[in-house]
Amino acid sequence: MTATVEEIQERAHTPLVMPRLPRVAPAIVGGIALALALLLVVLGMGVVGSAVVGVIAYLVALPLWSLFIEGRRGATDRMMTGLIWATFFVAVVPLVSLLWRVVSKGAGRIDGTFLSYSFFKTQIDQPVGIYHAIIGTLLITLGAAVISVPVGVMAAIYLVEYGKKNKLAKAITFLVDVMTGIPSIVAGLFAFALFTLLFGPAYVSGIGGSVALSLLMIPIVVRATEEMLMLVPDDLREASYALGTPKWKTIVRIVLPTALGGILTGITLAISRVIGETAPLLLIASATDRTNMNLFDGAMTTLPVLIYGQNVRGDAPAEAIAWGAAFILIIIVVVLNLLARIVGKIFAPKKG
Amino acid sequence: MAKSIDVSDVNIYYGDFLAVQGVNMTIRAGAVTAFIGPSGCGKSTFLRSLNRMHEVIPGARVEGKIVVDGQDLYDAGVDPVAVRRQVGMVFQRPNPFPTMSIYDNVLAGLKLNAGKLKKSEADAVVEKSLRGANLWNEVKDRLNKPGMGLSGGQQQRLCIARAIAVEPQVLLMDEPCSALDPISTSAIEDLIHELKDEFTIVIVTHNMQQAARVSDDTGFFNLKATGEPGHLVEFNPTKKMFANPDDPATEAYISGRFG
Repeated sequence: MTATVEEIQERAHTPLVMPRLPRVAPAIVGGIALALALLLVVLGMGVVGSAVVGVIAYLVALPLWSLFIEGRRGATDRMMTGLIWATFFVAVVPLVSLLWRVVSKGAGRIDGTFLSYSFFKTQIDQPVGIYHAIIGTLLITLGAAVISVPVGVMAAIYLVEYGKKNKLAKAITFLVDVMTGIPSIVAGLFAFALFTLLFGPAYVSGIGGSVALSLLMIPIVVRATEEMLMLVPDDLREASYALGTPKWKTIVRIVLPTALGGILTGITLAISRVIGETAPLLLIASATDRTNMNLFDGAMTTLPVLIYGQNVRGDAPAEAIAWGAAFILIIIVVVLNLLARIVGKIFAPKKG
Repeated sequence: MAKSIDVSDVNIYYGDFLAVQGVNMTIRAGAVTAFIGPSGCGKSTFLRSLNRMHEVIPGARVEGKIVVDGQDLYDAGVDPVAVRRQVGMVFQRPNPFPTMSIYDNVLAGLKLNAGKLKKSEADAVVEKSLRGANLWNEVKDRLNKPGMGLSGGQQQRLCIARAIAVEPQVLLMDEPCSALDPISTSAIEDLIHELKDEFTIVIVTHNMQQAARVSDDTGFFNLKATGEPGHLVEFNPTKKMFANPDDPATEAYISGRFG
C-alpha cells in the first residue's frame, strides 16, 4: 500500500466543482411532460392515463439528462426526488378530493334548524335535522373514551413501568397487537352477544355501542401511551427515585406529566378512529328518529349510522342530509384534533 | 447530620454477572471521598449500590453489608425509598424535571414526599438550597421559568440544589462534571468544598486532578483482567494516594502509565 509521490500529487487535484444541470431543469422537463400529457388528453386519452404517462416521461427524461451531465449520483438523486414527490401527490390527491367533495356538497345543507331538530316530527311541516345523531355520536364516543382511556393508559403503564418485558407483558403486547386488527363488525358482535347474555334478547342501548367502540379504541390507546412512556428518559425516573420518591409517585408526578402531550394526541387519534364506525353501532345501538339523551336505555343514532341510513333511502333530500352529516362529522374530528393539539402544547415540557 | 458509611465484603451483580467483588472501606463523615479508575471498573455501580439505586436495573443485586448510622442498608426489612431519602444522588448528566419550573424542581423531593408545604416554608427551602448550590444569584429573578432553560452547568447545580433540599446525610455524585465546561466544573468543585461540612460526599470522577483537588480520601478501582470483576485496589487519604501510593498499579494509573 505504498503510493508514489506522483500518485499522491494526482490525488490532491480532485476537482470539487462538478457540472450541474441548470436550476430550472426540473421545471423545463416538467413543462414538457405536462405538455405531453395535455396533448394525450386532446388526442382522446383518459385524464388519469395521460397523467401517468406524463409522470413517467418526467421520471425518465430528467434522470437521463442528468446522467449525461451530472453522472450517476446526480441522476439517482433526481429520480428519487421525482418519485417521492409523485407518491406524495398520489397520497394527497384522494384526501384533498374527498375533503373538497364533502365540504362542497355538505356545507350548503348546514343551518340552524339542521343542527337543532331531530328526524322526529311532531307536526307534518316540521323541518328535520341531525341533532339526535350529533348527540348520539358525542355520547357514545364519550362513553367509549371513558371506558378505554383508563384501561388503555393503565395497561400501558403496566407494560412500560412494571412489566419490563416479562412473560405477562409480552403476552399482553401480543394480544394488544391482535386486538388492533379486530374487524369492527366483530367488536360489534361481541358487544351484542355480551349485552344479549346480560339483559336478554333485543336489547339496544348507546352504552353497548360504547363497549364495542372501546374494544377498537383500547389497543390504539395502549400502543400510543406505551410509545410515549418509553420516550421518557430513565434519567428522570432515577432522579426521582434518588430523591426518595416511591415508584407509583414517580409515575404519577414525573413520568405521566412528561409524556402527557403525546398521550393526549394518541387518545385523540383513537377517538378519531372510532367516531366514524358504523357497523358495530348498527348492531347494538340501532337507530332512532328521536333524540335520546340516555346512554343506558333505548336506541341511539350516530352520524355514521344516519349517513348510512340516508344513503340507503337514496332520494335527493336524504342524500343532502347525508352530505351535511358527513361534513359535521369531519368538523367534530377536526375540532377534537385541534383541542388535543392545544392541550398538548399547554402540557408539553417547556424550554427557556 | 453527616454520617459515615462502613462497607464490608460487598459483591455487586448484574444478573449472574459479578461486576464488583469484595469491597471493604470506611467512608468518613463530613469528608469528600473520590473514586477513580478506568471505565467499566465498577465505580459508578458501587456508588449506586450506596443508596440502593443499583437494584432499579432488572436483575441487579448486591451482597454484603453497607452500614450507615448503625443500620445495614441491605437488611431484609429496609425500605429502599427510605434509604434514598437519607442518601441523595447527583447524576452524570443534568436531569431537571422538564415539566417543572426552577422553583418546583428544587422543591420536587419535598413536594413529592412530604405533601403540602406552607408558601413561606417553601420559599425558605428554595432560597436556602439554591444558595447552597451557588445558583441563587443567577436564577432568583426567574424562579418560575422552566428548569430546562438553564445552561448545562446551571442545570447541574439545580440538580444539586434539588438533592440537598431534602437534607440527606450523604450526597453521592456520579461524574457530576463530566458534561460541563471548566468554569462550571470549577463552580461545582467550590460547591463540594462548601457542602462537605454538612454532608458526607462521595464522588466518582474520571479526572484525577479533580479527585486530587476536591477529595480527602480516594479509592482506586480496577479490573483484575478484561472480563473479570472490578475490585477496590487501594483506599487511602488523597494526599498519600497521589504522593506515595501503596500499590504499584495505583501509581501506574495516576501517573498515566496505565494500559
